Amino acid sequence: MRERTKKDLIFLFISVVLYAIFEGLMLTGFIPPYMERSIVTICINIILAASLNLINGITGQFSIGHAGFMAVGAYVGAIMTVKFSLPFIVAILAGACASALLGVLIGLPTLRLSGDYLAIATLGLGEIIRIVILNISYVGGASGFMGIPKDTTFTWAFFVMIFTLLFIRNFVDSSHGRACIAIRENEIAAEAMGVNTTRYKVLAFAIGAAFAGVAGALFAHYNYMAHPGSFNFLKSFDILTMVVFGGLGSMTGAVTGAVVLTLLTFLLADIPELRMVIYSLLLIILMLYRPQGLFGSRELSLKMFTRLLGGGRRDNA
Amino acid sequence: MTMLKTSKVSIVFGGLKAVSNFEIDIEAGDLVGLIGPNGAGKTTVFNLLTGVYKPTTGQIEFDGKSIVGLKPYQITQQGIARTFQNIRLFADLTVLDNVKIAYHFHVKYSVLEAVSRLGRYHSEEAEIEEKAMRLLEVFQLADRRDEVAKNLPYGEQRRLEIARALATEPKLLLLDEPAAGMNPQETHQLMEMIRWIRSEFNLTILLIEHDMSLVMGVCEKILVLDYGSVIARGTPLEIRNNPKVIEAYLGEEAAGC
Amino acid sequence: MDYSALFLQVVQQIINGISVGSIYALIALGYTMVYGIIRLINFAHGDIYMLGAYVGFYCTTVFQFSFLPALLMAMIVAAIAGMIIERVAYRPLRYAPRMAVLITAIGVSLLLEYGGILVVSPQTRTFPAVFPTTLYNIGGVIISSQQVLILAVSIILMVILTYTVQRTKIGKAMRAVSFDTDAARLMGINVDMVISITFAIGSGLAAAAGVLVGVYYNSIDPLMGIMPGLKAFIAAVLGGIGIIPGAMLGGIIMGVVEALVSGFISSTYRDAAAFAILIIILLLKPAGLLGKNVREKV
Repeated sequence: MRERTKKDLIFLFISVVLYAIFEGLMLTGFIPPYMERSIVTICINIILAASLNLINGITGQFSIGHAGFMAVGAYVGAIMTVKFSLPFIVAILAGACASALLGVLIGLPTLRLSGDYLAIATLGLGEIIRIVILNISYVGGASGFMGIPKDTTFTWAFFVMIFTLLFIRNFVDSSHGRACIAIRENEIAAEAMGVNTTRYKVLAFAIGAAFAGVAGALFAHYNYMAHPGSFNFLKSFDILTMVVFGGLGSMTGAVTGAVVLTLLTFLLADIPELRMVIYSLLLIILMLYRPQGLFGSRELSLKMFTRLLGGGRRDNA
Repeated sequence: MTMLKTSKVSIVFGGLKAVSNFEIDIEAGDLVGLIGPNGAGKTTVFNLLTGVYKPTTGQIEFDGKSIVGLKPYQITQQGIARTFQNIRLFADLTVLDNVKIAYHFHVKYSVLEAVSRLGRYHSEEAEIEEKAMRLLEVFQLADRRDEVAKNLPYGEQRRLEIARALATEPKLLLLDEPAAGMNPQETHQLMEMIRWIRSEFNLTILLIEHDMSLVMGVCEKILVLDYGSVIARGTPLEIRNNPKVIEAYLGEEAAGC
Repeated sequence: MDYSALFLQVVQQIINGISVGSIYALIALGYTMVYGIIRLINFAHGDIYMLGAYVGFYCTTVFQFSFLPALLMAMIVAAIAGMIIERVAYRPLRYAPRMAVLITAIGVSLLLEYGGILVVSPQTRTFPAVFPTTLYNIGGVIISSQQVLILAVSIILMVILTYTVQRTKIGKAMRAVSFDTDAARLMGINVDMVISITFAIGSGLAAAAGVLVGVYYNSIDPLMGIMPGLKAFIAAVLGGIGIIPGAMLGGIIMGVVEALVSGFISSTYRDAAAFAILIIILLLKPAGLLGKNVREKV
């Protein structure tokens, strides 16, 4: 416990240092303004990947409609700032609440489904959300929601990301998080151990949705507009690829996946088709040769470094 | 005091009566055995008692309250824990985490306290860890705490499953073929352990078993199930001499030899 | 609006729905057969349909094939592609966790879509008019020759499929593998080959659907498989996944519902209606209209 608090403090300290470095580099012009875009996008994608990882990796519920929740957060957030002139923080919170609420409403019936069926159902729901938005003229319909203030700065994106990571990490490292992991490992045994499986599936789904909503609000307030086309199932697959690449169940993996694949996206910005081909090959090859992803379900820790240095002796126990 | 009482419990699967008019009356502190040939409906009885199946007709009372229609997790929270015939551990988690999960519903801190690491979080986490370690020591698994459950040898996996069930702090423990796949020596040790945990944890135990020597050696009362109906009940001695049982169960085995 | 006009309009939409629905049914058959045999949602199946449409397109434009040879060619190429995909991407994962295979299938699907864009360019192509369009007016309801063609080809293919599955040796083997893979292997059935052939047949049917859609709508593009693929999957679930007549029934129902929604509500809600059907069926009768409920053994 003391140790846990210490770890939290170390994490926060490293974050602040990282923030200071990046902010300093940006202010002095070492990081040119066009690269700021990719850094902010990385922060947003980390939020998305970490939140999807909570649903897919930690709780084991295969959801592929994450972009739908992102869309809800983006639009509800934008309504707050554009239509009601409320402060940005209210927009973020409203986006989170709306997505979480929708997550509960959608989760209650669909999380009864298993595996493949849940995947298709969430994919379908993601698309329904998009199509419904497409038909609401109040938020611009098919032409998109215009005139959103650019409130998202690097500072906002970075600290919201840190908050997300701490929130999800602490949730996982608690009895509530263990209940979710138990569901992933063996649903019947989890139930027999007194875990209310429906409640925890819905809870994980709602928390995941809430942070997708947060990411959506940040996204909309960075791009001056929100467009239904930004939230189609390709976006959901993007997020899924990040999580799978890093290793389902690993927060470190989700972060790494988000960083690497976002950078890849920027490198290949001129040939988006090639990017998708690389993504798809990545998914196939990973599943064939390293289905556990980069990190498996492990986390990066000091222990891991010492183990690496000591050689892989523990593996053959 | 009556701990578990069922009356006329039946379940029908697609026209087939898997269990019919099952009646059992377990007193606090009893150690009861449920035996019967393959397919007699023993595990189905467990599934009925733990809420996995809902009886088509009949009543199940635990601690004086009806538990029919409750979900499995609610029944566990009332104080009935179980193990599985085919071990169902959280295979990729550590031994310690397997046990910690089972303390889950005794935890009082909220999600908010968990993510903020405030309030009861630290004290309760410490308490869970301490309790879990004590249980592991009892089951001689303490030095295995960081091992992944699926890497344990078979006998230790069975022990871990019982330890995990006890971590829910039950009043009634249901053991589904705890000796399956064990050699005679391990079975003997298990018998000792079952007797011991009953007194140590102040438990009532109902166990399904195939291994006749285990049941006869450890249980005070035995129920024999055949084709979903109880055909005999009594002390081990009475069961051993019951002609119906010999015909349905032992006779069948004797004829097979 | 008077009632006879409304009635005519409903009949008209139902006719349109049936022709689109038979396309869905053809694609759904592949989903349902593959799922029935290896419990995999082959996400790439919709893209096989796109592949079929392109093969048909090149056969008729570049090689000047007439309709039937082009159709056959498309089916053969798609069948081979389906077998290769199974061999390379799915077979090594046969005993892997379900999520791994599902992710691979999503990968294969994206690869075909965006690989397709790289190879044939993202532009929409005009499928040549291989049949002169004739419109038949039957009591105020208009039926086009293309619709007749779609229905005829679909029915013929479904009859051949039903015969193959019910009467031939390979059909029996397929049913055996679907019922119990291990038992089938013990009975001396070459399970790998049966799975290969199932992919081939399913892919061939999807390719036929692709060519028919090319003929019907006159336009094809590399991403054309996504939506029909998802909808055909929904059709398979609706009818009861793994059940061949279910796929046909599900496909037709999907087509009709969509036509009615776009005819009487708004075409923008057409896709949402399809997914709504999915959610409703999964909640009310997850085994599908023709399926039986089973539960996991504890």
